[in-house]
Amino acid sequence: MSDAVSVLGGAAFSGAIEVADAGLCGMVTLRGDLSDPKLAAAVKSAVGLTMPAARGIKEGTKGAVAWMSPDELLLMVPHETADACVARLDKALAGSHFLAVNVSDARAVFTLTGAGCREVLAKGAPVDLSAAGLPIGEIRRTRLGQIAVAFWAGSETEMRVICFRSVGAHVYSWLCNAAQKGTLPGFL
Amino acid sequence: MLILTCPNCGVVADETDLHGGGEAHITRFGADASEGDFESYLFHKKNPRGVHFERWRHVYGCGKWFHAARDTVTLEVFGTYSAQTLTPPKALQNKIKKKRPDWEGFKK
Repeated sequence: MSDAVSVLGGAAFSGAIEVADAGLCGMVTLRGDLSDPKLAAAVKSAVGLTMPAARGIKEGTKGAVAWMSPDELLLMVPHETADACVARLDKALAGSHFLAVNVSDARAVFTLTGAGCREVLAKGAPVDLSAAGLPIGEIRRTRLGQIAVAFWAGSETEMRVICFRSVGAHVYSWLCNAAQKGTLPGFL
Repeated sequence: MLILTCPNCGVVADETDLHGGGEAHITRFGADASEGDFESYLFHKKNPRGVHFERWRHVYGCGKWFHAARDTVTLEVFGTYSAQTLTPPKALQNKIKKKRPDWEGFKK
């Protein structure tokens, strides 16, 4: 087995806020009928959390679950347990129409830490990034520059950004550029 | 800038988060159709000055298709609704009729 590495091997930048490669994160895409109680039970057994509402994200001690579209969830678990999570979902949902895939190594995750993290993302995403527009507990899929991303705020000083791994280096340098010292408008 | 509310995920998305899919509610003529019908399906699209029904896809967001009704002159959006319908909802048609009394009504 080759050694798993995250997209930029833990690169970090410090400017107006801190931007960092979040390291290895386990991610499992789960598609299916989100109103099916069997699916809710499978999610509960995989990450210990109940179904999120539309656009919601729930984080717990075993992992996190995010609502990605009316028929898609993203489960976040420790990287080394992602395959076991898929196996568990496959077993729990056998017989229903669903799809569970380990996408951990197809994605990149970045953390933004600091009071200005909302302003950094607001430079490139067509989203109301105020605390009222994107409250804690809500995930938003949109674009950053011209790249598809998803992001959410874990607290007022920490946000996470997920993108495809193939554009991870670009998104990282975009974020570092947007987080240069003295460039935040101080509007949000 | 056009701002539409995606009825699938509820996000208020601007035009750059979306992808336009052209005129809505057209009949898709298949391989066994007459040449005239197929030509009309491919090329003869409405291009009205005023009320227009369109298909949009929330491409950077939830990835789902939906319908939107808007005014091509003022860019006023009358509403968005599910992609799983062959005609605009009656309530939306009534709302448009109220705002645009001259509108000739929805025609397929």
